[in-house]
Amino acid sequence: MISPHPIAALIGILIVVLSIASGLIWIERRLLALWQDRYGPNRVGPFGLFQVLADTIKLLAKEDWIPPFADKPVFIIAPAIIMVTVLMSFAVLPVAPGIIISDLSVALLFFLAMSSLGVYSIVLAGWASDNKYSLLGGLRAAAQMLSYEVFMGLSLMGIVLLAGSFSLTDIVHAQQRIWFIVPQFLGFLLFLVAGLAETRRLPFDLPEAESELVAGFHSEYSGMKFGMFFVGEYLGITLISAMITILFFGGWMGPVLPPIVWFLIKTFFFLGLFILIRASLPRPRFDQLMAWAWKLMLPLALANLLVTGAVLLAFYR
Amino acid sequence: MNVTAFYIAAAIAMVSTLMVITRKNAVQALLYLALSLISVAVVFYDLGAPFIAALEVIIYAGSIIVLFIFIVMMLNLGKRATEAEGKLLRPRMWIGPAILAAILIAEVAYLLARGNTTAAAANLISPKQVGMALYGPYLIGVELSSLLLMSALVGAYHLGWHKRPKPEAQDVGREYATRIDAGRDSVRVGSDRSAGAA
Repeated sequence: MISPHPIAALIGILIVVLSIASGLIWIERRLLALWQDRYGPNRVGPFGLFQVLADTIKLLAKEDWIPPFADKPVFIIAPAIIMVTVLMSFAVLPVAPGIIISDLSVALLFFLAMSSLGVYSIVLAGWASDNKYSLLGGLRAAAQMLSYEVFMGLSLMGIVLLAGSFSLTDIVHAQQRIWFIVPQFLGFLLFLVAGLAETRRLPFDLPEAESELVAGFHSEYSGMKFGMFFVGEYLGITLISAMITILFFGGWMGPVLPPIVWFLIKTFFFLGLFILIRASLPRPRFDQLMAWAWKLMLPLALANLLVTGAVLLAFYR
Repeated sequence: MNVTAFYIAAAIAMVSTLMVITRKNAVQALLYLALSLISVAVVFYDLGAPFIAALEVIIYAGSIIVLFIFIVMMLNLGKRATEAEGKLLRPRMWIGPAILAAILIAEVAYLLARGNTTAAAANLISPKQVGMALYGPYLIGVELSSLLLMSALVGAYHLGWHKRPKPEAQDVGREYATRIDAGRDSVRVGSDRSAGAA
């Protein structure tokens, strides 16, 4: 199935998503500053809005240094992988009725597949740098993202049961009566935590953990290659926020305002939540992170799936 | 079914699989293997099985190969491993696999020449159909494979679990002291990686 205007949707979504991701850098710094009782960037342009532009020019003008001991082809391809995998996921997101690039029947699985391929970027960056801090960051990323992927998928299966489809458009339509946040509150919490871990945001930023690993997997990166990891992270947050909106908060649905506005309002709410979580939570130890995933989150995700399935079987057959 | 897409994906799958076998560097070989699996997923999608295509990427390319790379990274293989691999890839090693592959190719050529192939799936197979088949006629297969996985899990747990002797406070202190004195690195001494990074 293809939407009515795939090319227009493609260009529009690409431009909007990339500007949200780069705008987020400014929003995050201003919000963090607000919560930490300081000003944040406020010099370049009105309210410091052009700070991102100035930073981009700085990044582009910097020397793009590849260490002589690095595995060159892998070192170069690693930052591109994260951009490609995250941007590919946006292709299956239904933003509003008719505004979608490809209405895939297995869109939810496609999203999970792309997020699982995103691990390569971090792991390869850590390995190709041939630096022990990078390697440790890459190892941590591999273990963390593999573990959290397991229950990220499982936490969404309750929604698939309720909607009876892997298609994201069908999932939004299934929420006409009630948003899935109500019957799947546990699933929402699990997905939120898994989303934080998949995007490697604080408190789950152990792969870069600047207080112990210099900058983790991207220690050796500079210039625009570093910039791609940076923007890739913000694209990841945007993707997870949009997915939460679609899966648990009725997507584009809402009264009075046009659908696309509702979608943006909900997505920006979760973007703000992600930044607030970063501002308020400390980083756990790595063994705590892994124990949390396997001993708490996985059993909860399985229990959620079991109960949802049992209730559906008992009452709605 | 899009024939052009099918042949492009199939060609990429073949070339990347060939690269997997001939690469001497383990991580690069694994990357080609991931590429091969992704192109096989495209073939599946093109044949009308989007569910299997997605699972192929999630499970094989996204999890199993990442685990392989994880292990290879932990093993800290350096130039010596690449050299050892180079010794293994001598012409004599190719004879056995080449004969087996030739038999397979002959078989495929024979089937294609007879034109007696089953028609490619014309209709789309939905996730629901896959589920109905798995938990209907093939239930015993699902149960057996889950038993196998369970026993593998128990076995891995048993091998990985070991009784930790109670550490005596004095010994731990001494161990730390020697470690600080030696200024030892977490990267193994004498390994190629640490030499290269210095």
